[in-house]
Amino acid sequence: MIVLGLAAAVQGRAYSFGALQRPGPGFFPVVLGVLLGLVGVAIVATAQPMASSIDEGRYSREWRGWGCITLSLVLFVLLGKYGGLLPATFVIVFVSALGDRRNTVKDALTLALAMTTICVLVFWWALKLQFPLFTRG
Amino acid sequence: MLQSLHDLWYGFSIALQPSNLMWSFFGVLIGNLIGVLPGLGALSAISMLMPLTYAMHPVPAILMLAGIFYGSQYGGAIGAILLNLPSHPPHAVTCLDGFPLTKQGKGGTALGIAMIASIFAASFGITVMVFASPLLVKIAFKLGPAEIFSIMLLGLLAGGTMARGAPLKGIAMTLLGLLIGLVGTDVNSGVFRFTFGLPELADRIELVALALGLFGVADFLRNVNRIQAVGGGLRVRFRDMWPSKAELKQAFLPMLRGTLVGTLFGAMPGTGPTITTFVAYGLERKISKTPWRFGAGAIEGVASPEAASHSKTQVDFIPTMSLGIPGDPVMALILGTLLIQGIQPGPQLISEHADLFWGLIASFWVGNILLVLLNVPLIGLWVRLLRIPYRFMFPCALFFIAIGIYSTNNSLFEVNEAILFGIVGAILLALDFPVAPILLGYVLGPLLEENFRRSLVLSHGDLLVFFGRPISAAIMIVSLLIVGVQVFSALRARVRPSAVNVHAGH
Repeated sequence: MIVLGLAAAVQGRAYSFGALQRPGPGFFPVVLGVLLGLVGVAIVATAQPMASSIDEGRYSREWRGWGCITLSLVLFVLLGKYGGLLPATFVIVFVSALGDRRNTVKDALTLALAMTTICVLVFWWALKLQFPLFTRG
Repeated sequence: MLQSLHDLWYGFSIALQPSNLMWSFFGVLIGNLIGVLPGLGALSAISMLMPLTYAMHPVPAILMLAGIFYGSQYGGAIGAILLNLPSHPPHAVTCLDGFPLTKQGKGGTALGIAMIASIFAASFGITVMVFASPLLVKIAFKLGPAEIFSIMLLGLLAGGTMARGAPLKGIAMTLLGLLIGLVGTDVNSGVFRFTFGLPELADRIELVALALGLFGVADFLRNVNRIQAVGGGLRVRFRDMWPSKAELKQAFLPMLRGTLVGTLFGAMPGTGPTITTFVAYGLERKISKTPWRFGAGAIEGVASPEAASHSKTQVDFIPTMSLGIPGDPVMALILGTLLIQGIQPGPQLISEHADLFWGLIASFWVGNILLVLLNVPLIGLWVRLLRIPYRFMFPCALFFIAIGIYSTNNSLFEVNEAILFGIVGAILLALDFPVAPILLGYVLGPLLEENFRRSLVLSHGDLLVFFGRPISAAIMIVSLLIVGVQVFSALRARVRPSAVNVHAGH
């Protein structure tokens, strides 16, 4: 039921954004918004009989994995801006590898170092990507 | 007819140019590799390599991306048959009979049959493409904005309702995709829409960021700590792959039927690859004299869906190239690449970019043959690759995603977009919403709106214009029929709850 409430909220958000638009270029957004709102209502209305089929066990909570993957991407953006390609690469691989429970710190470190080497060789040296290896932002 | 053959000959001269051949080979190799690796699909592979194509000539770029697409299907079958890993939804159905065959020690034979079915179906699909495309183009020239709008609407409807899961959820996702497609500067009036004051959003949401967020990041979020390492001790030798004469004979008709199912579904816009393989499998089981063998290692259950998925892959290109209307998310990505290259797909594409169109068709043949040549000696290597643990693979893939998105515009803003879409995608996936229609809606959104507005301008605001012209009216009626059938079956399912679980698999 929480699940359904969330779905409805997503739809409702989209709806109000659509209705705020000016009529000219806003015509399409409004039509889409209304349709999305209607479909959202229909989903909520028809979802009850299916609620029992939602299998809780299938979606165990993986906060560590989710947190590490998201964090690693955010850190990539931050370090990419204020550190450069090299630290950003190292961190994205290292942090996301830690998200998997079977990886030890040593595994993650080895993997991150290997990827950083590959990154320098492929993207910096071979492809000449416009991304400084080190920068101060 | 003769003209087509002549054009095809010309196509081979393009496809066999060393540089084009090289990129085509590169594409099928990468596709095959990615297809084998669990948890990565053609969509993530194509979006990862898309930034690379911006700097390339359009012909090799498309040849490569197409190669990834069909290459990954060869790879996907390997994981499905040998390890019961449905890493790509279309191959989930191949697991049902492929894996039992492996357990009986006939994994090599199953792979061989899958490969023969693939090349047979692909050749058939290509032949259809060679002869049907010019015909379709003749019709396409007569289509006005009203017709284009109707066809797109039909495609979106079909894409939304025939994806896996509940039709309503699919439609909701299509609408969401259309809305995401609206972000940016309005082409007609120059007004910024849904940009939230961020100047970076004026240029539309980046296609690569959306695709990699939804299909890369979201998948990792979903699979982390869930995919277990499997395999070990598996050995498939080149010699095992030759099926016996009896097995070939047994597989031939299912292969043919699968090919036809795939061709039919490929020609229909919006039908995903997964539904195609499930229908092919279901059909085979229904007409079989020995239906109890299915699920316990029936070679027909491998041949038919594999053939269907490959013929569909090739036929899929017809509406994408000749009408500019992609049938599924992968086609939407390829269409996006074409648009970025400044090529407008549509009826004029074949005449204006003959090198691209015929080169692509010829490269299908070259690529499929390359794939067979690759897969036969390399099968041992692929099997070993299957054992790379997911825990090492996804951090590296995540890095490639991040750097790939960065390189589209040399800016980190798009990486933020991908993070957002990744989280949204993971939540949607957890709620059993199909995410593929979002991408379809996103790519078609601007085209849909433009054609809608244009037809309204032409008809002076009369909405009935979509029912006034014969072709458009016919397509609109089919669209309404789809909606009607869905509503009807939903109501019926409610009356008889036992009929709900028609979806095979898990």
